[in-house]
Amino acid sequence: MSERALMEGSAAMAESAVRAGCRFYAGYPITPSTEILEYMSVRLPEVGGTCMNAESEIEAIGMVWGAAGCGVRSMIASTGQGISLMQESFAELANAQIPIVAVNMCRGQADYFQATRGGGHGDYRFIVLAPASAQEAVDLAQLAFHLADEWRNPVMIMGDFLLSHTSELVEFPAAAFPEPSAKPWAVTGANGRRGITLSPLGPPEKLSTDIAAALGAATAKHAAIRAAETRAETAHLDDAELVVVAFGFPGRFARYAVRLARERGLRVGFVRPISLWPFPRDVVATAAQRARAVAVFELNAGQMIEDVELAVRGRVPVHAIGGISHDHSGFGVGPLLNVDYILERIEAVYAA
Amino acid sequence: MSHLEKVFETTDLLLRTEHSLCPGCGEPVALRTILELIGELGLRERTICVAGIGCYTAFPMIMDVDVLQALHGRAPSVATGVKRVRPDAFVFTMQGDGDMVSEGLQEVLHAAARGEKFTAVVFNNAVFGETGGHMTATTVLGQHTKTTIGGRDRERHGNPIRIAELIAQLDGSAYVARAAVHTPSGIKLARQYLHDAFRTQLDGKGFSLVEILTMCPTDWFVPPDQGPAFLERNLVPIYPLGVIKH
Repeated sequence: MSERALMEGSAAMAESAVRAGCRFYAGYPITPSTEILEYMSVRLPEVGGTCMNAESEIEAIGMVWGAAGCGVRSMIASTGQGISLMQESFAELANAQIPIVAVNMCRGQADYFQATRGGGHGDYRFIVLAPASAQEAVDLAQLAFHLADEWRNPVMIMGDFLLSHTSELVEFPAAAFPEPSAKPWAVTGANGRRGITLSPLGPPEKLSTDIAAALGAATAKHAAIRAAETRAETAHLDDAELVVVAFGFPGRFARYAVRLARERGLRVGFVRPISLWPFPRDVVATAAQRARAVAVFELNAGQMIEDVELAVRGRVPVHAIGGISHDHSGFGVGPLLNVDYILERIEAVYAA
Repeated sequence: MSHLEKVFETTDLLLRTEHSLCPGCGEPVALRTILELIGELGLRERTICVAGIGCYTAFPMIMDVDVLQALHGRAPSVATGVKRVRPDAFVFTMQGDGDMVSEGLQEVLHAAARGEKFTAVVFNNAVFGETGGHMTATTVLGQHTKTTIGGRDRERHGNPIRIAELIAQLDGSAYVARAAVHTPSGIKLARQYLHDAFRTQLDGKGFSLVEILTMCPTDWFVPPDQGPAFLERNLVPIYPLGVIKH
């Protein structure tokens, strides 16, 4: 049975994770992700799980590595600065094909590159999902644990200060995705079988040194993930002369500005990538084919715009209409997060 | 010939008796001792080893137990995650001095302070073996490495850390001992200390640590047969053997 509640996005996402079977969480407090740690420290013991208030982000991701390596659904959250400290582990978790869910409650949207390119070493990728509301955070938390197990690959959920701290009505779905019953890759103790090694450095089989095959297996799935797991919300694309692209919670502001532009008779369409990796390149490319320009609204110095340009391939001009935006707190909520401002920028680009 | 008495055999938890480490290395001796104990205590099916990064990273592929390979320095936090979700597992970490005391000092201190119920094993040869002989946090004063060519100097390079004594100070540690594998009697003591550390974990008493001094003739720049004497002369005076806390 589904259930409704008024909750902050961070708590709603944490609750959804617990309902998805998450039984281990480790974190280090940092704004605006701290509420997930607080929620988990109360909630996980109630369901027989464990929450660790780790002594550093580096130890927190180590703990999650250990729990996830045992086959227990595990989550970690931080903001960009703390996520930076975890990058070495992120890279190797992907190479070892250990499924975890990592949440970045970003300050503004400055961590798009960090999330989609990764700050670690090697050929790895994280699947990155960007919810625009508490409800979508609930839904994507369920999906994230499913995709992590399905692909044996870490999944990141990228939110921000507003998503974390805005209370909204959410509905928890009744068990959306069942957890796999068998995880033969996990270390459990070699009961009734030869021991295995779960490692980013080589294959699980003992006495084997085929490192290239192990790393190949960890990356060969990227193409299949691109094909299967691209997600986007679109609106008004049929006759759009200008396509506005925006993601996450600020994407809701952009969507509303597009609606107001429509009411003023401007043929403006909207694309909101939900999966940042894989990026919905085809959706953007198709929309741009019929348009005369594309505008990207993001709260950073221009990061997703590079993925948009890769999709558009120079067919039409791509304009940046966002920017760095903070108030005195530095948590990424500033004057640009304003529908009137976004509408003004849309009108200016439309008229050009 | 047919009635020769078998006086020694290796444990079948060791999948191959050849190793890829240098002649005279102490780490394979320490590994064999650990695996023999796991076999004798009937722990194989419950064992999860968390391995660090060093020369001994070559061991997981010849150990017939489950191994979770961790990053350099990070085995204690990874083992924490393992033991917390699998409290019935027998969990031990395998790190070197560079891994535990240089790169990951904070990790092992916090794990010990929390009283995590796993056993930490550190192979201390006072040098970065895998990189080819560079100073670690346990390199002793006067010791020649490629980054302390004239010998480790207090003023220029600082002082070595006695990790076992450091861990013993923390309230969460229940058993701490230091052994060496440079003599037969030393190996026997190492075996006893490992046994007692494993029992500490199995009895749920808290964090246990065994520091094992191991020979590294290659990066001590001495012939293999002189490793044990080098260890006795240079390491034992700084790192005294014995049970430090129980």
